[in-house]
Amino acid sequence: MAIKEYQTVREVFGPIVYVEGVDDAAYNETVEIIMPNGEKKRGQVLESSKGLAAVQVFGSTTGLDTKETRIRFSGETFRLPVSEEMLGRVFNGAGVPIDKGAPIISKEKIDINGAAINPYSRQEPRDFIQTGISTIDALNTLVRGQKLPIFSTAGLPHNELAVQIARQATVKGKEDFVVVFAAMGITHADANFFMRDFEKTGALERSVLFLNLSSDPSIERLLTPRLALTTAEYLAFEKDMQVLVILTDMTNYCDALREIAAARQEVPGRRGYPGYMYTDLSTIYERAGTVAGKKGTVTQIPILTMPEEDITHPIPDLTGYITEGQIVLSRDLHRKGIYPNIDVLPSLSRLMSLGIGDAKTREDHSGVSNQLYAGYAEGRDLRNLVAVVGEEALGERDKKFLAFADAFEKRFVNQGKNENRTIEDSLDLGWELFSMLPESELKRVKPEHYEKYGKKYRK
Amino acid sequence: MGMLAKISGPLIVGKGMKGSQINEIVRIGKDRLMGEIIALKEDTASIQVYEDTSGLKPGDAIESTGSPLEVELGPGLLKSVFDGIQRPLDVIREKSGIFIERGVDVPSLDRKKKWEFVATAKKGDSVKAGDVLGTVQETNIVHKILVPNGVSGKIESISSGKYTVIDEVAVISGKKVTLMQKWPVRKARPFKEKKPFEKPLLSGMRILDTMFPIAEGGAAAIPGPFGSGKTVTQQSLAKYASADIIVYIGCGERGNEMTEVLTQFPELEDPRTKKPLMERTVLIANTSNMPVAAREASVYTGITIAEYFRDMGYNVALMADSTSRWAEAMREISGRLEEMPGEEGYPAYLGRKLAEFYERAGRVVVQGTKDNIASVSVIGAVSPAGGDISEPVSQGTLRITKVFWALDAALARRRHYPAINWLRSYSLYQDELNAWFDANVSPDFMQMRSKAMNLLQKEAELQNIVQLIGPDALPEKERLVLEVTKMLREDFLQQNAYDEVDAYCSLKKQQLMLSTILHFYDKALSGLEQEVAFEKITSSKEKDRIARLKRVPDKDVEKECKEIVKNIDSSFSR
Repeated sequence: MAIKEYQTVREVFGPIVYVEGVDDAAYNETVEIIMPNGEKKRGQVLESSKGLAAVQVFGSTTGLDTKETRIRFSGETFRLPVSEEMLGRVFNGAGVPIDKGAPIISKEKIDINGAAINPYSRQEPRDFIQTGISTIDALNTLVRGQKLPIFSTAGLPHNELAVQIARQATVKGKEDFVVVFAAMGITHADANFFMRDFEKTGALERSVLFLNLSSDPSIERLLTPRLALTTAEYLAFEKDMQVLVILTDMTNYCDALREIAAARQEVPGRRGYPGYMYTDLSTIYERAGTVAGKKGTVTQIPILTMPEEDITHPIPDLTGYITEGQIVLSRDLHRKGIYPNIDVLPSLSRLMSLGIGDAKTREDHSGVSNQLYAGYAEGRDLRNLVAVVGEEALGERDKKFLAFADAFEKRFVNQGKNENRTIEDSLDLGWELFSMLPESELKRVKPEHYEKYGKKYRK
Repeated sequence: MGMLAKISGPLIVGKGMKGSQINEIVRIGKDRLMGEIIALKEDTASIQVYEDTSGLKPGDAIESTGSPLEVELGPGLLKSVFDGIQRPLDVIREKSGIFIERGVDVPSLDRKKKWEFVATAKKGDSVKAGDVLGTVQETNIVHKILVPNGVSGKIESISSGKYTVIDEVAVISGKKVTLMQKWPVRKARPFKEKKPFEKPLLSGMRILDTMFPIAEGGAAAIPGPFGSGKTVTQQSLAKYASADIIVYIGCGERGNEMTEVLTQFPELEDPRTKKPLMERTVLIANTSNMPVAAREASVYTGITIAEYFRDMGYNVALMADSTSRWAEAMREISGRLEEMPGEEGYPAYLGRKLAEFYERAGRVVVQGTKDNIASVSVIGAVSPAGGDISEPVSQGTLRITKVFWALDAALARRRHYPAINWLRSYSLYQDELNAWFDANVSPDFMQMRSKAMNLLQKEAELQNIVQLIGPDALPEKERLVLEVTKMLREDFLQQNAYDEVDAYCSLKKQQLMLSTILHFYDKALSGLEQEVAFEKITSSKEKDRIARLKRVPDKDVEKECKEIVKNIDSSFSR
C-alpha cells in the first residue's frame, strides 16, 4: 500500500493527534510522525473518518505543532520483524534494540495484535512446570500454557520472585525455557536488577527483553506486552520452543490505557479505567497456551501491583477473571521476614489438577496439597481466636494446629532466593510438617500414602 | 451498497445505507467482514462488526444482505463447537490454522454430509408449523425434522432417504422443506403457552438439588467473584443436569476452559443414559479475546438453538458463562455509539435485555398439532466487579431469575467447594417443587431440608459467640449443633467435582446422606439428655463413616447408611 504524507495536524490533545484531510486512514494503521526538529515518532490510528484521523502517539508529544509536523501513513498495521536472533537481545518498549546490537532484519513480520487462538485448536495444558518454589509447585502448580499472575503490592519482592522463577523453571526431563521479558514502566533500578541477574546466571542468552522504563513514554507501554507476546508466539509456534513470558508491571500498562481513554474523553468505567479494559487485557493474557500439532508452548506470568493491597481494584479484579489463578503476595509475611511471601490461602492455580499426580509429579501430591491447605487454614483461624481469648484457653489439639501454621510459614513457605527445591523435596517437607499434627487429623491424605511417605517422620 | 464513513474499534458508520433495516447483516470491505446494523439515521447506519476491524478504512464498500443475523437449525448441531455467530470452529481450523483469521466464511452446518431421514408423516397429511415430518438419528439423540414456521397445509410429497441439509425432503402446499431451517437469533421462537413448573432440573450436586433446586424450565443466576468456582459449577451442571440437550455458551471467558470441555466431554458419560456427554451437547465458544460484537451475539445464538431442540419436545438446559461479559460487550458498543450511559456506564436498556434473554426460558406447550410439553432452563453465571453484587448486571439478573446460588470467596479460600453460601442463596421454586420431591424422593424430604437449614442458621448465630469466648464455653447441646453442622458442611454440602464417585450424587443418595446425618443429631441429642458423655458422641466412629459416605458408590449407600444408623442407635443410649 502506498505511503501517504500529510502536514495537516489540526489538534494535539494529550497523546492524541488529530490529522485533517485524510481520506482513508485504516483502523490500527501505523504512522510516522516527523516533528519540526526532524525527530521521528511512531503512532497508530485510533479512529478514522473521511477527512479526519485520530492518531495516538507512542512517545512524548512535546514539540509537536500544527504547522510543520508531518504525518506519514504507512498503509499497514504494526508489524514486528521476528527471528531466532532475538534471543539474548534487549529492546526498548517499542521494539528498537538498545543493547548496541544490530537491528533485527527478517522477512517474517508479524502483526503485533495477533489473532485469537481458535479454542478448537487448543490443547489442555497438562505438563508440570517445576519452579523450585514449594508454595507454587506443591500448592499452586504451574503448568505449561497457563497464565498465572502474581498479585503484589508496592514494596514487596515480586521482582526477586519473578527472577527466581525465570531462572529455575524447568519441565521435568525436558528442554529449558526461553524467557521473554517485558517491562512496562519499571524503574531503572529494577531494570538493572533484572539485567544483572539475567547476565549473571547466563539466562540472558536464552531471553528476549523488552524494556519500557518509568521515564519512557507511557503510551509506548500499550505496545510492549504485544511485542513480547508476538515474539513469544513466534518462538513457540514456529520454532518449537518452550517460552515463559514475564510481564511486569501490568498496573502501569492499565494506567496507560486509562490515559488514552481519558484523552479521548470516553465515558470512564470503574476508577476511571475504560469499560473495554477486560477485553483489552484478554487480548494479552489469552495469548498463552498449548496448541495441537505444535511442540512449543507459551506460559505467562504477569505481575501487577495492587493499589493499596485491594484485590477488588479493577486491575487485579479483571486480571483474575481472565487468568487461570493467581499468586498473592502478602505484606504480613514479608514483615515476618518470610521469602517468598506468598499467601497460599487466596492464591490458586486453576489448572493444577491437570498437571499433578502419579505420572506427572507424585501420587500423593493432591492429598498433601489439600492437607497443607486445610491445616494452615485452621491454624490461621485459630490465630484470630487466640488474639481474643489467649493461647492458654486453647485445647491440646488446637495448639498443635497453631504450631503447625507457624512451622508451615517458617519452613515450607520460607526458602532461599537461590534455593531450588524439587517437587519431591517440597512434598516430603509437607509430610515432615504433618508429623506435628495428630494422625487422626490427616483426613485429606490417603492412608496408603501416609504409610509410604509420612510415617517415617513420626517419632 | 453503502460506504464506510467512520471507524472506531468494533463499530463503524456507513453512509448511503438507505433501505437497510435494523439488525440486518452486512459485509464490509474486501475481506467481507460480517457486521450487523444496530442504529439507523437517514442514510447513515451504525454497524457492529463481528470480526477484528484492523485495516478497515473510510471508503470501503458495505454490502447489504437483506437478512438479519440468523442461525442454521438442523442435523449437525450436536457435538459441534461454534463461535458467537455460529461458525464451526473445527472447520475454521482446517481453513486458517491455529489462529482464527479474519473474513473466514463457512456455513454453520455441513453442506456435504448426508443424513438418513426417516419420514414419519405421509403424503396427504395435513400439517402445521411445529409438526414432526420425520426423524434423523443424529447422535444417540433423535433429531426431529419439524414443519418450519410460516408453512402449513397438505403434504404434497415426502420421502425417506439420504439427504444433505439443503436437499428437499418434502413439499407442503407448494413450499419446499429441507432438513435445515433458519431463524433470526434475536427473536424468540414461538410456542403455544407457558406452563407452571412441576419438576426439578437435577444436577447431582447436593447443595443445588437438596437445598436450592431449580425447576425444569426455570432460570438461575450464579454470581461470584473470580476463583469462587462459577465455571466448575457450570461445567458440573453441563455434565450432569437431567436434561436431554445441553447448550453451553462460553461467552467472553477463557480459551483453556473451552478446551477442557472439548477434551473431557467426549470421554465422560451421562450418568443416566450411559452415553457420551458430548452427544447431547452443543458448544458456543466466543472467548474473551475473540471479537466483542460476536460475544454479544453468542448468547442469542445459544438460546435460539436451545429453543429449536425444545420445539422437538426435548428438555434443554442452557448454561451461559458469563453473562457479565455479554453485558460488557453491550456496554462497549453502547459507549462507542455515544449513547447516554446508565448505571456504571451500562446502557439504560441493560435490564430489558437481560429480562428478554431470561424470559426465553420456560416450560411450554410447543407448537404443532399435539400439545407436547418441553422446556428450556437457563443458568447464567455473573461475574460482578470485585465480587460486589450490588452492580447492575447482578441486580438486573436477580430481578428475573428465581434461583440465586451465591458463590462466596471466603468459602473458596477455605477450599469449601462448591463455594455456594447456604445462608445467602435461595430458590423460589421450592413451593412448586415440594409435591414432586415428596412423591419422588420421600415424604419427609422437605422437612429434613428445612431442619438442616435451621441447624445451619443456628450455627451462624453460635459462631458469633464462639468468636468471643471459644467453643468450649458453650453448653453441650449447642456444641452438638456445631458438631453436626460441621458434618453437614463438610460431609454433605462439600462435594468434589473431580472425584469419580462424588462428582455426581443421585437424589436417592442425597436423601440417605442427609437423613443419616440428621439421625445422628437426633440420637446424639436424646443421648445427651440421657447423660451420655459428650466425648463419646464426638469421638464416635460413625462420624468417620458418615464422612466417607460421599465416596460410597450408589448401590452400596443404602446398606452402609442402615448400618451407621443401627450403630448410632446402639451406641448413643444408655
